[in-house]
Amino acid sequence: MSLNGKRILIAKPGLDGHDVGAKIIALALRDAGADVIYTGLRRSPDYIARVAVDEDVDAVGLSILSGSHKELVEETVRCLAELDAGDIHLFVGGTIPSEDHDELRQAGARGIFTAEMALDEVVAAVEADLNA
Amino acid sequence: MFSRQKKGSAMSDSSAATNKTGDKAHRDPPTKPSTATPSGIEVPPVVTADMVREPDQGMPGEFPFTRGIFPDGFRGRLWTIRQYSGFGTAEESNERYRFLLDKGQTGLSVALDLPTQCGYDPVDPIAKSEVGKVGVSLSNLAEAEILFDEIDVSGISTSFTINGTASIVYAMYCAVADKQGVPREKLTGTIQNDILKEYVARGTWIFPVRPSLRLIADTILFSNEQTPRFNPISIAGAHVRDAGCTAVEEMGYTIANGLAYIDELIRRGGDVEKFARRLSFFFYVHMDFFEEVCKFRAGRRLWAKLLTERYGVKDPKALMFRFGVVCGGSSLVGAQPDNNVVRVGIENMAAVMGGAQSIFTAAFDEAYQIPTEHSAEIAVRTQQIVAHESGIARTVDPLGGSYYVEWLTDQMEDEISKVIDDIETYGGVTKAVEDGWLQLKIAQRASERKRKVDSGETVIVGQNYFRRDDQNEGVAELFKLDPQASARVIEKFERVRDTRNDAEVAKTLAALETAAATDTENLMPYLIDCCHAYATVGEMVATLKSQWGEFEEPVRL
Repeated sequence: MSLNGKRILIAKPGLDGHDVGAKIIALALRDAGADVIYTGLRRSPDYIARVAVDEDVDAVGLSILSGSHKELVEETVRCLAELDAGDIHLFVGGTIPSEDHDELRQAGARGIFTAEMALDEVVAAVEADLNA
Repeated sequence: MFSRQKKGSAMSDSSAATNKTGDKAHRDPPTKPSTATPSGIEVPPVVTADMVREPDQGMPGEFPFTRGIFPDGFRGRLWTIRQYSGFGTAEESNERYRFLLDKGQTGLSVALDLPTQCGYDPVDPIAKSEVGKVGVSLSNLAEAEILFDEIDVSGISTSFTINGTASIVYAMYCAVADKQGVPREKLTGTIQNDILKEYVARGTWIFPVRPSLRLIADTILFSNEQTPRFNPISIAGAHVRDAGCTAVEEMGYTIANGLAYIDELIRRGGDVEKFARRLSFFFYVHMDFFEEVCKFRAGRRLWAKLLTERYGVKDPKALMFRFGVVCGGSSLVGAQPDNNVVRVGIENMAAVMGGAQSIFTAAFDEAYQIPTEHSAEIAVRTQQIVAHESGIARTVDPLGGSYYVEWLTDQMEDEISKVIDDIETYGGVTKAVEDGWLQLKIAQRASERKRKVDSGETVIVGQNYFRRDDQNEGVAELFKLDPQASARVIEKFERVRDTRNDAEVAKTLAALETAAATDTENLMPYLIDCCHAYATVGEMVATLKSQWGEFEEPVRL
């Protein structure tokens, strides 16, 4: 199992400018064989969904540390659905309180990753999900 | 009012978190200390007198200031105890500030929400889910008047964590002073106003690099004249450090940025002997005690040498490297969070031994939630215990003359110089930022740091070693705003916008636009006029963008 041939978009929605986590994950996924695209900061869910479709990615990873994860995840899911791209898998990382995890999963997040998780674990979870 | 999530629920709902690191949780701890500092400096088992390059460091208060910038250290005056706070509405923050002043805090620290930091009004579509979330919404002068209601701005020192819109927030503070009848020259405090590190680590940039540097130079030159006791810039290494780079790189990048600001100030006609007196710096203190102490001693010495050699600065006051610090940040962990009290205590001592002018101590629960009044009080008490019980502030530079400390200071100075040389070899800070070269270096370093923690090479007590079987993680928890709070901010905003004198707003914004189109005018007086007219942050930023455009982020992986 590997991420060879998988295309993943790492995105920073909202105004939060802390992008180190996003970049660490992007580098780790790339090291694991994936083709990784990073959006840069302050992207709207609509923009992220359009890039995901244009780039024909298998998964989108949203990095959110501002506390606006619920709104931004819901909005991204909605934008992907509007573009008929509901099959693109969505992951969320950042400062995500555990009590919000269920709600985010119900909204469509297939994995939720926080800073204390080891990188290998994050990569393995994405791998397992995309190869399932 | 805001409401806080129950601590218990977040702390106990983590059965999955308990086994997150799997078998590594129970690996055997190392039986020997590491032999290298986190910056990678190999340390000999014993350091002797002959290994120290410069046995005589001179006196504190004298060039090159290795031992401190004041001849009497803290005996003349203790450092400023400054705690970071500010959330929700201006009313709530005003209440919190008055509570902290009452607890004996000697300076205020203002956190601003992301729309204010990035230059958007609270009604802007991109701002809608972030109003008041990580700080106060300060969209116009009316909010600033509420924030400082019943607080005499001539009697406090206020530190604003603001960068992209620092000139506007500073203009607003000057306008508050005008409104309170306080002469501007009495204002004390700091605006962070350091855009270079925003491009690299914190992300609240707005304009391209060059006009941003011009705006910063304008605030500094204006401040030198009108608010001579105010620090118009705090050149910060803290954010790149917390993002993942080493203590050596933190100091090296910061000094390189400082030199870039000096070059721009000179280009705009500033007198380095004068403006260099008001440059100040801001760092993190993490856990490696001696490396942190020596980082400050080396940085202080290197800055004084560089200003002498490169710019011929003579006035000792202009050579002094003044800095504030934060103890905590990413050195604090969610695992067994009570241990963070000890970490902050050690870091607090390193800050004092390193000669910091102002110190912020993080609350032990900061790694996973907005501090409670209980944890915030312990953080302040930590500083008071260090200041008044430990006795370490009694004599200047108490570690000076230790073979190890002097040797490590020499090593740090050499390594920091190499970091500065690397940037200059690449083509300077502006180019390094525009190309995304520096951003990529930080990301790579952050990856390395994360891998070292994951592999167990870096020991973090309670997290990757010394765990308890029944351990619950302090899982990230965020301050929950009352959903009505952001609605109230928007309502107030609309009320101000509907009742202000529109002609005056249009006139002051038009004047700002004309001034921004030239490279000769200082923009500060125009911004203050806009603030007095109740023009909004979004309007002022849009006006400047119309002339300068926006920064195009280089995305490199």
